[in-house]
Amino acid sequence: MLKKILQDAKATMGIYEGRDDRIYGLLAEFSDPGMLLHAAQEVRKAGYKHFDTHSPFPIHGMDRAMGLGNSKVGYITLIGGATGLALATWLQWWTSAVDYPINISGKPFFAFEPSIPIMFELTVLFSALAAVAGMFALNGLPRPYNPLFYSRRFAHVTDDAFFLHIAASDKQFDLKQSEALLRKAGALDVEVIEDRGYSELHAET
Amino acid sequence: MADSAKRSSPLTWLIDPIAPTTDQAERGFRFTGSNTTWMVPLLVGAALVVVSCVLGFSESFREQFYFSYLIGWTFCLSIAIGALFIVIIKHLTKAYWIVAVRRIPEALIWSFPLLLILFIPILLGFLDHHGPYHHWTQEGIADPNSEHYDEILAGKVAYLNIPFYLVRMVFYFAVWIYLSYRLYTLSLRQDVDPDPSIPVQQRRVSAWGLPLLAVATAFASYDLLMALDPHWFSTIFGVYFFGGAFLTAFSITALVAIMLQRLGMLRNVVTAEHYQDLGKLMFGFVVFWAYIAFSQYMLYWYGGIPEETVWFRHRMEHGWGAHSAMLLLMHFILPFLILLPRAVKRSIPLMSIMAVWLIIMQWYDHHWLAMPVLHVEHATFHWLDFSCWIGLFGIFFGTFVWRLGRHPLVPQHDPLLGKSLRFENA
Repeated sequence: MLKKILQDAKATMGIYEGRDDRIYGLLAEFSDPGMLLHAAQEVRKAGYKHFDTHSPFPIHGMDRAMGLGNSKVGYITLIGGATGLALATWLQWWTSAVDYPINISGKPFFAFEPSIPIMFELTVLFSALAAVAGMFALNGLPRPYNPLFYSRRFAHVTDDAFFLHIAASDKQFDLKQSEALLRKAGALDVEVIEDRGYSELHAET
Repeated sequence: MADSAKRSSPLTWLIDPIAPTTDQAERGFRFTGSNTTWMVPLLVGAALVVVSCVLGFSESFREQFYFSYLIGWTFCLSIAIGALFIVIIKHLTKAYWIVAVRRIPEALIWSFPLLLILFIPILLGFLDHHGPYHHWTQEGIADPNSEHYDEILAGKVAYLNIPFYLVRMVFYFAVWIYLSYRLYTLSLRQDVDPDPSIPVQQRRVSAWGLPLLAVATAFASYDLLMALDPHWFSTIFGVYFFGGAFLTAFSITALVAIMLQRLGMLRNVVTAEHYQDLGKLMFGFVVFWAYIAFSQYMLYWYGGIPEETVWFRHRMEHGWGAHSAMLLLMHFILPFLILLPRAVKRSIPLMSIMAVWLIIMQWYDHHWLAMPVLHVEHATFHWLDFSCWIGLFGIFFGTFVWRLGRHPLVPQHDPLLGKSLRFENA
C-alpha cells in the first residue's frame, strides 16, 4: 500500500519504476517540436498517464498537450511564506519581549511597527526557498540516474533531438500496441529501454 | 499629420484633439455602444457638480466643499496620471501583452485639459479665507508682528507662496498635456497611417517623458494633498501617490475592458490572459502601495518626533483610527488575499468586483489623506464628499467613453498587436 502510494507520487515527478523483466519503457524520437507536440496529444488521447517528453528547449503549449494542468508550486510557496511570517513574528516577540527584554529609548519590547520589515523579509525568503525546493521536488530533480541514458540517441536531447517516453509502469503499456501508437504518431524511431541498473559505458571500459 | 487624421474643432479639441476615425476601424475594433453609455455618466456627473458647486459656495458649506471637491478632483487626476505612466512604461519596455487593451489608458490620458478646467473651483479657493490651503495662504504668515505668524511656515515661504504655486501648476499641466498629446495623437495617427517610424517616436517621447512625468507627479502630490497640512512633510509622499494612481489606472483599464466586452465589443480580442496580467499588476501595486505607506509610517514611528508623528496622530484619534484600520484592511489585506490566486485574476466577475473595489479605495485613500485636516476633532463623511466625487468622476468617465468611441478600440496597426492577441501566460 505504502509502496504503491510512493510509486504514484514518484510517477507524478516523472520517475517511473521499470517492470520486473527490466523493461523501462519505449523511447520514440520525433523530427521536430511540432511532431512531438502532436505525438504528446495523441498519447494523451489514447489514455496514457505515465509518459514524458524531452526536448532541448521549452515547447510552447506542451503543458496543455500533455494535460499537465497548473503547477502546484504556488501552494508550496504559500505554505513557505506563511511559515516565514509565523517564524519571524515568533522570533522577534520571543527574543525581544520574552527571553531578553531590553528597554531601548522607551519603545515597547515588542511592537508590529519595527517587526514588519523582518516579517516581510522572512516571508519572501521562505516563499522563495519553498518555491525553488518545490519546483525541484515536483520535477523529481536532481536525478543523476535515469534509465533513458542507456539510449545512445538520447544524448542528442540537449542538442537537436525530440523524444517522447512512455513508461512501462503505465496501466495501458503494451510493447506492441504502444509502439504502433508511437509509429502512427510519426516517430522516426522507437527504442525499447531496459533498466539494467548499471551504466553500460562503465561496463565497457 | 496625415490627411485621414484631422484635427478637431477648437472646443472639441479639449475633449478629443483628433476628428473621429472610427469609420476606418477594422470590423471588431469598432465602438458599437449607444450614446447613453457616455451621455448618462456625463449628464449625471454634470448635474451633481453643478448642484455641489451652487450649494457648496454658500457660506455654511464652503470649507467642506473645497475639501470634498479637491479629493474628487485628485481622484480623477490620479487616474489620468496612472494611465500616462502605463502608456509610457509600455512603450519603454516594448511590452506586447497590453497592446490589445492599450487604447483604454490612451483615451484616459487626454483627460488633462478637462481636469485643468475642473481645477477652477480649487483656484477660487486661493481667493478665499476658507480655501483648502488657508493654513499657508493667510496673510502675515511670515511676518513676526502678525497674529498669524507661524515660525515653521515662515521658513517654507520660499516654496509655499501663491505665485510660485501657480507657476508650478502651469508646469505640471504643461508636462501632462504635452506628453499626453504626443502619445495620444501618435497612436491615433498609427490607426490610419501605419508609418513604421511611429513606434520609434512613441518610445523617444516616453524616454524623456518618464523622468519629467515622475517629477511633475511627485511635486503635484506635495502641492495638492501634502500642502493641506503644511507643517508636515514626507519625502516618499509622491511615491505613495503614484502607487495609488498606477493601481487605480490598471483597475479602470480592467473594468472598462470588461464593460466593453459585456456590451459586445472586443470579443476575441481581450481574453482571460489579458485579465490575468492586469490582475497581476493590480495585485503587485496593492502590495507596492502598502509597502510605501508602511515605509512612510515606520520611519515616523521610529523617530518619534512630535512634529512628524502629529500627522499620524490626527489619523488615529477622534474616530479617524477606524478609518485608518479600514484603509489597512480594505486597501491591502483583503485585496492581497483575494487577488493572490490565479483563478481570481482569470475570472471576469471577480476581476470586475476587485476593480470597482480598488477604485473606491483610491478615493477613500485620498479622503483619508485630506479630511483629517478639516475635521480634526471628528471623523466624518459629508454628502458633498460623495456628490463631488461621483459628479467629477461622471464627467471624467463620460467624456472618456465619448473619446474612446470616436476611434478604433484597439491600436489596429501597432506592429505588436498580433503578438498581444495571441498572448498566453506561461
